[in-house]
Amino acid sequence: MGRSTSGRRVLSAVTRLAGALLPLAEPAVTAGQKKRAGRSGVRHRKITPYLFLIVPLAFLITFTYVPAANLIWFSVTDWDGIDKTKNIVGADNFIEIFTDPEVFRVFYVSLFYIAASFIQMGLALYFATVLSFSTRFRNLFKGILFFPYLINGVAIGLMFLYFFQPDGTLDSLLKAVGLQEVTTQWLGNPDAVNPSLAATSVWRYTGLNFVLFLGAIQSIPSQLYEAADLDGANRFQQFRFIIVPGIKRIISLSFILAISGSLAVFEIPFIMTGGANGSATFVIETIRQAFTFRQVGLASAMAVVLLVIVLIVTLVQRKLLPDDEVNLT
Amino acid sequence: MAKKHIAAAFLATFALILTGCTAGGDSGGGDGKPSGDITVLTNRTDIVDTVFQDYKKTFEAKYPGTNVTFEAITDYEGEVNTRLSTKDYGDVLLIPSQVLPTQFSQFFEPLGNKDDLAKKYRFLNDKSYDGTQYGIPTFGSANGIVYNKKVWSDAGVKGLPTTPAAFIADLQLIKNNTQAIPYYTNYKDVWPLSQWQGPQGFTGKTTVVKDRDSSDAPWSAGSEENIIDGLIYDIVSNGLSEPDPLTTAWESSKPALAKGEIGTMLLGSWSVIQMQEAATAAGTDPADIGYMPFPYQTDGKYNVTIAGDFNNAINVNSSNKVTARAWIDWFTDESGYSELSGALPTAIDGATPDTLKDLDAAGVNYVQLDAPENPSLDSDIYNAAEIDLFGGIYRQKLVDIARGAADGDKESYFAQLNQKWAEARAGAGS
Repeated sequence: MGRSTSGRRVLSAVTRLAGALLPLAEPAVTAGQKKRAGRSGVRHRKITPYLFLIVPLAFLITFTYVPAANLIWFSVTDWDGIDKTKNIVGADNFIEIFTDPEVFRVFYVSLFYIAASFIQMGLALYFATVLSFSTRFRNLFKGILFFPYLINGVAIGLMFLYFFQPDGTLDSLLKAVGLQEVTTQWLGNPDAVNPSLAATSVWRYTGLNFVLFLGAIQSIPSQLYEAADLDGANRFQQFRFIIVPGIKRIISLSFILAISGSLAVFEIPFIMTGGANGSATFVIETIRQAFTFRQVGLASAMAVVLLVIVLIVTLVQRKLLPDDEVNLT
Repeated sequence: MAKKHIAAAFLATFALILTGCTAGGDSGGGDGKPSGDITVLTNRTDIVDTVFQDYKKTFEAKYPGTNVTFEAITDYEGEVNTRLSTKDYGDVLLIPSQVLPTQFSQFFEPLGNKDDLAKKYRFLNDKSYDGTQYGIPTFGSANGIVYNKKVWSDAGVKGLPTTPAAFIADLQLIKNNTQAIPYYTNYKDVWPLSQWQGPQGFTGKTTVVKDRDSSDAPWSAGSEENIIDGLIYDIVSNGLSEPDPLTTAWESSKPALAKGEIGTMLLGSWSVIQMQEAATAAGTDPADIGYMPFPYQTDGKYNVTIAGDFNNAINVNSSNKVTARAWIDWFTDESGYSELSGALPTAIDGATPDTLKDLDAAGVNYVQLDAPENPSLDSDIYNAAEIDLFGGIYRQKLVDIARGAADGDKESYFAQLNQKWAEARAGAGS
């Protein structure tokens, strides 16, 4: 039996690795082990799980691990993206990333998005709390808040491009309420461009945070609120002592997603400004290195650096908030 | 045990993937006569189902037994660059601009001796290496400035500007006397800024690329880069370009120029026919679209650089090279593609198209740049320096500085460019 459990342990590790791709694998294993107890069934019993695993693993390896391995391989070469020979240059690419101030400057842009993601989480938490109590038209408001997340990123980029144009929607709106002196070139002004883009990002992703928070809040048993009501707790106290502790895990998950998302911002600035006017993010800079300057090796190294940074952020966060057995990622 | 099984599963997976890759056969085309199937990659998604179908019929009638299939690709450069790492990139394709001359032989079939082909064709310098030709240009373009004649004459401009300063003065007249935006950079789309590199050679020096690559300060006063980028800077810093460059759009700039809302844009001569079409669509007179040389004269004459556009080449892995070659020869000599594009024909004795009559009228001297001795040196340097001469990111920065959106001024930026160039040149081992 020892062998069987160890097999199972390995298998469940693989299953965890494969994540959502493998919903069928585990039930198949248990069924096989329960029913086929006969001696001739032993062989089948051992092979069956792996047969089931072949298909999802094939996808996983082909589309995740092989490209990732290639990326790491490219990152130590000087490949230009075309040539058939790739010369190994060791850590040169990584040294260049950490010594070239221009490559590193893009992290400054990420700060805008990190700041914006906190605003975004605050807004989402506020709306989720308000709408978890019985509010008039709450389903309508839920729909309105979640709707932007359903729109394609390219459409959002184009929409906000018109929104921010000189004499576009935003300027007209500000003029209509007598605030014409605050209008500026929202994308042309180097001080305004990053906040404008980050605000677009907030508009887009608040809905997702909102739904995550709302779902978690609604899973809190209603007796707790009733008990709190009887004890004379007001709405804010309910929020502070029931809701926040109840959805702590979702908040910390959102935190990881926000940080890694802020470092990897791409769609909105790429479509709206193409990274011009000091709005290039880390991913846009990576794309420029790869496809404009033909330094695929360097760009791959940048991608590896981004991966490592996100891993570090996640690890640090887990160390700081260890209460996290339920794996929500 | 369990580990072994997993390993077996991995192996099986790889086997599955590999068999998927090696499937597929080839057909037709031994030695001699063209026959069988070929696949032709093209960037012309707009006419692949119309004009190209006529080409197919004519070609197949001339060479019975052949069958041409087109594959039109929207993001041609990006997609084909990636496909070069496989063997599957058609039989005939257009050489992506980022393939270096030293790499041609890895991907393309030699088409013959360059000197032999030069008796019949021009614009061969770009896609040859070591005396061997790898691509034949589909057509050639001249590099100058497209403008709305009506706007310029309404503003009171007489004659073409002969110096950059006169060009600025003319744009100022447009700003003062008309409603039009004098110059439109198309900043946001990036590639229109790359067009500024096109006129290189306007001083009449055919060695301009070699000069640049042997200099540690190509942006020093009096050099071509200094004049080109200095002109952009002056246009923008004098407020002669669009007010908010971050919200520009190429497609809408065409009708705007045709309608006289925009006065001027620096673009290759390929743009003339598109502007004329935009004029027809907008209900204005296509004859208002004019084309002028870069505002610089040497010994009282304009020099206009002409160069090949995309080049047709044969996939080195093609199984039907005979038919592929027949297609390229037919396409270059008989299809009439260059006429359709309003461009200079590849054949030496081809006629100048109507779209460039303005340049002939201005008595310009057409210049073809020399082939550099080390064809990859230029791109080695500008890639390492991260100065995309044929891109536009560093010119976006220039525009930002000129409009006060980034720190610095013309001199400090040129000094910075010179420094980066010198460092990259040292690294490129020249």
